[in-house]
Amino acid sequence: MNGLTSRGRVVVAAVSAVLLAAVAVGYIRFAADRDAADRDDADRAVRTSAHGEQLTLAPGPRLLAVTDRHLAVVAADDPSGERTVSDVECVRAYAAAGTGVCLRPDSQWAYRLVVLDARLAETRSFPIPGLPNRARVSASGRMVAWTTFVGGDSYNSGGFSTRTGILDTRAGTLVNSLEEFAVVRDGHPYRSVDANFWGVTFAGDDNLFYATMSTGGQRYLIQGDFAARTVRTLTGNVECPSLSPDGTRIAFKQAIGGDPTKGWRLSVLDLATMATRPLAETNSVDDQAAWLDDATVAYTLRQADGRPDIWSVPADGSGSPRLLVPEAESPATLAPVG
Amino acid sequence: MYLSTIGRPKTADGPPTAEGGRSDRQRRRRLALVSGNVVALGTVSLITDVSAEMVSAVLPLYLVLGLQLSPLAYGMIDGIYTGATAVLRIVGGYLADRVRARKLMAGIGYALSAVAKLGLLVAGRSMGAIGFVIAVDRMGKGIRTAPRDALITASSPPEALGRAFGVHRTMDAIGAFLGPLVALAVLAAAGQSYDAVFVASFCLATLAVVVLVLFVRDHPGSAPERALPVPVPDRALPVPRREPVSVREALTLLRARPVRRLTAAAGLLGLATIGDGFVYLLLQRREELSVVWFPLLAVGTSLGYLLLAAPLGMLADRFGRLPVMVGGYVALTVTYLLLFGPIGGWPLLGLALALYGLFYAATDGILMALAGPVLPERLRATGIALIQTGQALAYLVSSVLFGLAWQQWGPAVASRLAAACVAVAVVATGCLLATEPALSRRRVTS
Repeated sequence: MNGLTSRGRVVVAAVSAVLLAAVAVGYIRFAADRDAADRDDADRAVRTSAHGEQLTLAPGPRLLAVTDRHLAVVAADDPSGERTVSDVECVRAYAAAGTGVCLRPDSQWAYRLVVLDARLAETRSFPIPGLPNRARVSASGRMVAWTTFVGGDSYNSGGFSTRTGILDTRAGTLVNSLEEFAVVRDGHPYRSVDANFWGVTFAGDDNLFYATMSTGGQRYLIQGDFAARTVRTLTGNVECPSLSPDGTRIAFKQAIGGDPTKGWRLSVLDLATMATRPLAETNSVDDQAAWLDDATVAYTLRQADGRPDIWSVPADGSGSPRLLVPEAESPATLAPVG
Repeated sequence: MYLSTIGRPKTADGPPTAEGGRSDRQRRRRLALVSGNVVALGTVSLITDVSAEMVSAVLPLYLVLGLQLSPLAYGMIDGIYTGATAVLRIVGGYLADRVRARKLMAGIGYALSAVAKLGLLVAGRSMGAIGFVIAVDRMGKGIRTAPRDALITASSPPEALGRAFGVHRTMDAIGAFLGPLVALAVLAAAGQSYDAVFVASFCLATLAVVVLVLFVRDHPGSAPERALPVPVPDRALPVPRREPVSVREALTLLRARPVRRLTAAAGLLGLATIGDGFVYLLLQRREELSVVWFPLLAVGTSLGYLLLAAPLGMLADRFGRLPVMVGGYVALTVTYLLLFGPIGGWPLLGLALALYGLFYAATDGILMALAGPVLPERLRATGIALIQTGQALAYLVSSVLFGLAWQQWGPAVASRLAAACVAVAVVATGCLLATEPALSRRRVTS
């Protein structure tokens, strides 16, 4: 640039700045228009599919799902058919016995946990840290659990951090983070800063629960006692457990070869024998499965472009996967228990 | 003022700087803090940091919510993003010295990071592609840092290095401070479109490269060379002057006692410094801060950093760089002690973050100012990279050790232990450097 005078350089810099600013502003406007168009589409979908019908979480032969970031319900016997979409926005959702949980965007950066009653009215809501990852309700509708991903407070760069909380909606007891609980690992009291918890599933008594704990590079299935505020490890390489309605088996994602970078195989663990069985789904499943009944689990798979679909597969390893609800995620059955 | 002392053409040819009207040269001499080249480099850093921090601020949201990557995938990418620069610095520094083109190497580094911003756009959901793009971005940062600091050193007379680095780091920190705000504004204007943030970030990064190409000069003059107050002993560096720098020649750096001592001191202090995340995590737990406020802890620190970097740099030029750096580490010791001390509430947060910002302001640039005069011009980028890499690697080790200490004895004991380690390291550093005439003189004169 030696050939340029100082004035020449300033002119070149100014012209570059103007051109680059034009590109940036132009792209931002293009993105804004595209976003507005997407929103219109979503609104139209909400309006057209509702048919004036009221979406309810009351027990019945229906499935709950999230479609286009909105709570939706489909008939259990025709899951790919007509769906009723509500205007309640959720990134993750789950429901049981007339209680719903919705992880909802609060602003561009923050999320909120909302507890819903059967008519989708908010009964409780509070901000949760980080990015929504998992949500669960106990079969009775009393206990609510969630997991978020917390960037920023990972003290050791290179690791990720999760935050898992549990709310007892009846007693009002709120545990913000399972890291407050005492840990017993392999029979010995254990304390570590790097313990991360995710993916809670509740037992029928509304006190015992199962979840994943990761520490020292290992991932464990833990059983927790909410009242005693303790958790203990049961076995390794079990992530995102989901307890069957009869309480005998756990569906989970099993890291292939114990190495999550190779992906996960959807599997079922028999709690009496601790034997595991891979299910017929051979794609890598990165979701907390949901039991539709004692014989079937549902889960989310993503297409190459990130769009989700809900699939189901028999829980005994037989059969083959079946596309259940296209373009939806976060499945939960609203069928009454037992 | 040093615009003239560093052999700047008298025609006022150069970047738009903080200088006043050119009619009143006397006044300009008093007003201008640093050379035009430093201001140009500071501008490049400022714009680049806005661009980089924009992406850092939205990347977790983009990966987890935009692309729906799993926690593990996010963790792995985060690891690449933060951990991959240390060794590349030496390569970048050495190459800059070898081809004798520090501006070119710095420019390549800035350009790589700019291209990586667009790469995010085309990488889609492919984990491999995203990891590659982020590695390229980090590579750019690794390559450019040492040549840039060598350029700052070459652009400033030895007695004003503290000030030069102070001003540069202030501009850098302003960029880092603005980045997340700009990202927020772009997101607000473009809906939830993360790609708009990447495109805006690319445009800014490109503008920074343009500024670098147009306004930064590789050979700002020979004055600093002539004024080198403490020539490195020739017996340590029997340098053939015209041939390119060889690896063997670069290794002679370690034979020069001041360089060895400074690298050792940097490593020692790095070893006594625990990760930022630990400090913020302890403050957050202690004060039960809502996680919404959590990111503000880092903002508080960088605010302290950007306000104090330039004044402390000037203080260092006047009263000695070693005392200011030691003072910074004393501030760090107090910060660690405060984590489990008698004060609580907002006074604790204010004081701890102010002291933490003070620590960064009194050490980051000052260490480079301390290093500049003892590094031979031919090997300066290599030497700077050597010191920075030593510190970075030591820092990595200390974070792991602190994690173990926390696990073993709990956070209170661990943080007090860390404070004790800093105190010991400071005394050791004082002994190591104060007995080295090239490093300890109270006032650098030419």
